[in-house]
Order: sequence, then structure tokens, then C-alpha cells
Amino acid sequence: MLTDRIQTLFDEPACAHNRAKDDKTRRAGCGKQLTPGAAAGGCAFDGAKIVLQPITDCAHLVHGPIACEGNSWDGRHAASSGPMLYRTGLTTDLSELDVIYGGEKKLYRAIKEVISRFDPPAVFVYQTCVTALVGDDIVKVCKAASERLNKPVIPVVSPGFVGKKNLGTKLAGQVLLDYVIGTEEPETVTSTDINIIGDYNVAGELWLVKPLLEKLGIRVLASITGDARYHDITKAHRARVNIMVCSQALLSLARKMEERWGIPYFEGSFYGVSDTSHSLRTLAKMLVERGAPADLIQRTETLIAEEEARVWRKLAPITARLTGKKVLLYTGGVKSWSVISALQDAGMIVIGTSVRKATKGDKERARELLGEGALIFETMPQTEMYGRLKSGEADILLSGGRTQFVALKAKVPWLDINQESRDAYAGYEGIVTLIGNIDRAIANPIWSQVRAPAPWEA
Amino acid sequence: MDTPSPPRKSCTVNPLKLSPSLGGAMAFLGIDGSMPMLHGAQGCTAFGLVLLVRHFREMVPFQTTAMNEVTTILGGADNLEQAIVNVTGRAHPKVVGICTTGLTETRGEDVRGDLKAIRAKHPELNGTALIYAQTPDYQGGIEDGWSAAVLAMIDELVEPEPLRDPKQINILAGSQLTPADIEEIREIVEAFGLIPIILPDISGSLDGHVEDRWVGTTSGGTTIDDIRRMSRSVATLAIGRQMEKPARLLERRCGVSAEIFSRLTGLGPCDTFVEVLMRISGKSAPASIRRQRSRLIDAMLDGHFYFGGKKVAAAADPDLLLGLSRFMSEMGTRVTCAVSATTSPALADIAAERVLVGDLDDVEQHAGDCDLLIANTHGRRVAERLGVPLYCAGMPITDRLGAGARLSVGYRGTRALIFDIANLFIAADEGHTHTRHGQGDPHATLAAC
Repeated sequence: MLTDRIQTLFDEPACAHNRAKDDKTRRAGCGKQLTPGAAAGGCAFDGAKIVLQPITDCAHLVHGPIACEGNSWDGRHAASSGPMLYRTGLTTDLSELDVIYGGEKKLYRAIKEVISRFDPPAVFVYQTCVTALVGDDIVKVCKAASERLNKPVIPVVSPGFVGKKNLGTKLAGQVLLDYVIGTEEPETVTSTDINIIGDYNVAGELWLVKPLLEKLGIRVLASITGDARYHDITKAHRARVNIMVCSQALLSLARKMEERWGIPYFEGSFYGVSDTSHSLRTLAKMLVERGAPADLIQRTETLIAEEEARVWRKLAPITARLTGKKVLLYTGGVKSWSVISALQDAGMIVIGTSVRKATKGDKERARELLGEGALIFETMPQTEMYGRLKSGEADILLSGGRTQFVALKAKVPWLDINQESRDAYAGYEGIVTLIGNIDRAIANPIWSQVRAPAPWEA
Repeated sequence: MDTPSPPRKSCTVNPLKLSPSLGGAMAFLGIDGSMPMLHGAQGCTAFGLVLLVRHFREMVPFQTTAMNEVTTILGGADNLEQAIVNVTGRAHPKVVGICTTGLTETRGEDVRGDLKAIRAKHPELNGTALIYAQTPDYQGGIEDGWSAAVLAMIDELVEPEPLRDPKQINILAGSQLTPADIEEIREIVEAFGLIPIILPDISGSLDGHVEDRWVGTTSGGTTIDDIRRMSRSVATLAIGRQMEKPARLLERRCGVSAEIFSRLTGLGPCDTFVEVLMRISGKSAPASIRRQRSRLIDAMLDGHFYFGGKKVAAAADPDLLLGLSRFMSEMGTRVTCAVSATTSPALADIAAERVLVGDLDDVEQHAGDCDLLIANTHGRRVAERLGVPLYCAGMPITDRLGAGARLSVGYRGTRALIFDIANLFIAADEGHTHTRHGQGDPHATLAAC
């Protein structure tokens, strides 16, 4: 039952949020009740697709009416170094008759069409609200299709109405555990094999991290799921260490991989110089503990020293220009403080940050970094944010696409630091790009022009 | 011409169709002080919002009743009530435009009854129009939702009236029109001394402008008062076949006679439109309009060299497809394949050798050796695979700026379209024939003399 699965996922012992709750609130789950008329953000289907779609060589088939896939397909910038099938929009596009008579047969035929045309290593089939409501049993259809068509056909039961994006992310992690990870064995294993969990290679972020690992001789056995291939994820259970980046949502996946296959994990981040170094150090230490050559630690230190020196060299001229500039930060989770330290390193003053989705620890750390007087808030109404920006409290807003117009309409520079960003900000090279982009945004000559009064106002 | 047939395949590949609920919400964005709201799961709104924001590059007010599993089983009345009350308290909209989704339609919500109960319970909503459009996601596409919403606006707000304002006419604008198109239509109508009420008017709200304060609803668009005054107009001119139903409702209810224009792109349709405006206004065409017509004719003369003998494949929603396919064909280009996102009476008038209802994969399969593809942003990769240039039209256009500023109606818009498409043909020819010293280019020959 889906409700049981969700309940189990909410009861995540490794989650700091969850640990801090008493028994009763824990049972209520972490799916905060949404406020009708004041909700923003994606649904559980969206969340599941964000996690699974970056598996680039697979077909992703959405079983539902046109709204679910038609309005959203190929909208993310999760990059691929090879296969492009994941960017093909596939849906059963239900008609009224399908809704009346049920869509199971159409779904089966659609799976068959997809396999005969694209021959992918696997097909992911996504349940949606309408097909869940009319009672289409996609698990049964996928099972039948797998057997008859001799191909993994994987049901993703995460219809939009079960909750927010975050829940869908968790459900997708469970899908990987139930159907994919551990179903094949790698040809060779090494003592430095790792999985990266929770990086979707948006704008190619993974490609800024992978070269660092390669220099250290660390092999990414499976990336879950940035620029992923199906047959890599099936073998992920043979990694020595899991690094989970920037996401609480896939914590259950990491913990269960530890339970099932004894793979230790840690929560790391590749945002900011200090976090990147810290993550590399931890990886090296954990790999050595699990039998990697001991010199890995020293080699890691050497790499960190080189890379950090290079970053500061590159940043020095920009930092001079940015010193004292004021930033308002509107993001969530781990990013809050990992970005703060990066900005402060470049001489900027963070006047406030949101701590949405952040754990208590995250919040404390943010307060420590910002000092008294800084704004630390869960959410900020758009009217208030507009007012603060318009009155010049900040020189730039760093946020996601949703709030870009709050800044732009107030004629204040803005930079996208969320998933829709066009540039990759991960690793050492990424932070140089980020700081460079902030500099470019603030220094653009349009600001004084657009703020100047019109001829009839002067 | 093949008869259009519904898609036979079970799997849609690279969808062309957008949801009717999104079309409905977009129509409500053309009303001043409005807050569109989808009655469904929050994802329904989130996906639509992202698409609209990327297409128009604008702040878009758009809310959700945030239905979940439990409320789907128990009924969505409470969610609808809370959503309306919350949104009204926070953003003070003059209109809340409620569109249903696949979720609430499958469940069979009695929204009309719910709204009645909400009204009775909340006198504080008395100053707010609550307009409800039925837009099930499994029936039709963006045009159908748009048309349903406009129908609902008229049904809710327009009452019959004996008074007539001889200068006032209604323009019912279809979803194929951009903010720039609507602006152009307004200018043409005003050139005849007529006062247009345009419904919906996204040129006021989604044209890309900067207010000097923060507004949580749409700022600009048709006002509620204007909609109410539509009953006094002397005529309704509906642009696009999708606007026929709302136009007929106005006609039946208020006796305002309606004329349907399938398109306003191309010399012929523009002439017809001008004739009608001359008749209604009792005035001949002003000098500015005459000059524009003359310029269009000149552009047709300059442009026909590049269109003649070319082949184009196109994919779009029905009314846009009709306008573009007939325009291309009237410029001498063969439309080998036209794929429509949905069925519509407009399909019968599309000028193409093959007309299909389908997806972007269908246009890719049937494009043959065309010289140009017309489609939305998702067609970019199709065009790359076909090795032909793409003329971006429809929704979404997310990889280029100025989606809302594209102009293709009226004499001026048709001229702009000729230049845009001819330049694509020229650039492609340069790519192919730059070694042949611009053969086929009459001006190059002239210059060589």
C-alpha cells in the first residue's frame, strides 16, 4: 500500500528533522499540510521525476492526462554526456474514454510501443493523480510488461496528490532500491568505488566534481542520478562509500543501502570552497577506512591545497570589487550556509537568508555565520522582499527562478542559484563561476539607466 | 488532403498539446486584477506556472487549491473555500478564475454548488468575482480551456441591455494571439474611431512592463466593468475559431451580432477585417492603414522569391496552424504536413497536403524533405534532426526572448512575418549555396550587373 510506504519513508531514523520530533509529530509525517491558495512548488510526481529522469538512457513514460507531461516535459537542464532518450516526452495522454474505461490496456500498448521503437535498457512508468483515482494498477501492468516484453519496466507510484515534491523524491529513492540497485553485478570493483547520491547534473554540475575525483583515482561507480546510465545504477550496491549531496530527501536511500549492503554514507556538499574540501577529505578518510590505499589521504590534501590556491588566485581581482556588497539569499536546506561561507569568503555581506527545509543544525550554523542583526527567516512574503530590495537593503538577490521577478521588477540584480540555473556552481571551478556571475550581474551598466527617472518625472 | 484522424498510437511522443486547464488560466491572466487558480493538486499549478514564466518571462500570479489524497476522497469543497479566502485576504484580486483539472473532474466535483455555498458563508467576498471554467485535462488542449474560460466570463458577467454604444465593438481574442498581436488589433480598430473591448486582453498584463509597486495579481487586462459593458457593443469580432462559442453566447444573450475571423494573418483576411471595420464605423480606411497595406504588398513582392517553391512542415494549435499554413501557402510555399495539437473545426480550412492531429514526433516522421519547420521551442531538436531552420511559433517559446512581442497579425504583422521567415530561408540558402555566388537571389544578380 502506498500509504504504508509513505509512512515508512517519513519515519526516517537518520533524518535530523525526524530525530528532533516527539513520537506524535513523527507519526504525523513530514508532509506539512499545504495551504490552499498559498502553496507553491511541485507535487510528488514532479519530485519522483526529478530524481529518476536524469537516468539518460531510459524511457520515462507518464501515465496520465496531458497536463502532467505536456506542460512540463524537457523543462530541466539535467545534462547528459551521451544518451538523449530521457529528454523525449512520453505519455499515454489519456482521453475522456480512457478515464471512463480505465487506461491499463492503453498503458500496456504504450510500453510496448516505447520498447519496440527505442529499445531502452529499462522503462520507468509514472503514476499520476487521474490514473491513481480511476484505479489503474500500474504495478500490475509493469509486471506483466516486464515478463512478456523481457525488459525491466519499473512502476513509479508517486501520484501528485500524495504530497509535495520532497515526498516524491523519497518515493523515487525507494523505487531505485526496490527495482534497480543490486540487480546486476559489476565486472570489476576497486577499493575506491563510490556513489554520488542526490546530484542530478543540473547544468553539468557533476562534471565539475568528477574530474577532482578522477585525479584522486576515485571511481564513481554510480551517479544517482546525474548523467546516469541504467546499468551503472543496478551495480551501485558494490560501492565502498556513498556521498549524499545537498538533499535530505534521499537520506532513506543512503541509510537503507548501508543496512542492506553495508555501505557507509555521509552528507556532503560541493557548494563552496570549504565544503568541497571537506567532502573530499571525508571521502578519502572513509575510503581508507574501508581498505583504500592509505596514501589517498595525503594525495587528497595535496589536491585540496592546489585547488584552493588556484581558486583564491582567480577570485582575488573579483573579490576586490565585491567587498562590502550586500546579498539577500533565498534558498533552502544545506545550501543556506554552504553558500553563505562562499559569499563571505569573497568579501560580501549576507544581510539575510531563508532557512526553508533546513535542519535545526543548519539554522544554528547560519546564525553563527551571519551574526546578530541578520535576517534569518523561513519564508518572506513577496511584497516584503520587494520592499526591502526596492529600498536598497541588498545589492543582489540570489534565489530560484520563482522569485526572480521580485528582484527584477524592483530593478535590483538577481542571480539564479537553484536547479534551473544555466551555469554550474559546484566544486572549486563552480564557485569561481558563481562569484564571477555575481560580479557581472552587479556591475552591469543597465542598473543606473533603468533606475533613472523618465523625462516626464525629472 | 488527408482527413484529420485522431492519433492511433497509444504513446504520445514529444507532446505538442498543452493542457486545457493551462489555457483556462491563461485566459484569466487577460483580466485586470485577476488571480487564476487551478482546482487540483499543487503540481498542476506548478508545472503551468513554470511554463508561463519561462514563456512570457514575467511574474505570473497563479494559485492552487492544493488537493491531496484525503481531500480527493472526501471532496474538494473545503480546499476551494480555503484557497479563495486565503488568496482574497492576501492579494485582494477583483477576479478569482477557477479552472478544474483532470483530478477534480475525474472525481466529479460540484464546483458550482460549492461556490454558491462559499458565497453564502463569506460576505467578505462580495466584491470579488468568482468565475468558474470547466477544463478537464483529458479533453482538448489549450484552445479548449481558453474558450471555456472566456465563455464562463461572459456567462457570469454579461447581462442583456437595450442600450447600444454605436462606437463600441467587442473583440474576442483567441489564445493564438500574442500581447503584441492584441495591441496591433487595438490600434487597427481605433484607427476607425471605434472603441474596442478586448476579451481577454493579455496585452495589458503579459506585455512585459514594470510597475512602481508590487502587485500580487495581474496588473492590466480587461476590467470587470468593461466585460459587463460588452452587452452594449454594436458588434463582436471573434478572432480564431475557438472564439466562436463565446461570440455566439454574446449574440444569443445580448443580441450583439458576431463575425468570426479564422485568422488575421495574410492580405486577404486583413482586407476582410478592414472592410468590416469600415462598415461598422461608416468611415473609410484612414491614411495610416492604407500605407500599411501598401507596405505589406511591397513586402509580398520582395519576399515571394524566397517563399516560392519551398516546402514547410508545421505543428501548432489549430487556429495558429490555420493562420500560418494558409499564409505560407498564399506566399507560394507548399505546406507538406500540418500537425495540430487537438481537433477543431479549424482543421477543415488548413492549407496542407497532409493534416494530422498528433504530436511533434508525427511532424518529424511526416516532414519529408521540407525546407522549414514551424513549431514551438520543443521543435528545436526536431528541426536539428531534420537539418532545417525552425520558425518558433506557439507555446512554449522558452529558448528565445520576446515570445510576447512576436507580431503576425494585421498588415504590419503579416509584413513582419514575411521578413522573419524569408530571412530564415535566406540564411539557410546562404549556408547551402555560398559557393555558388548567391544564385537564386535576384538582388545578388542585380548587384553583380
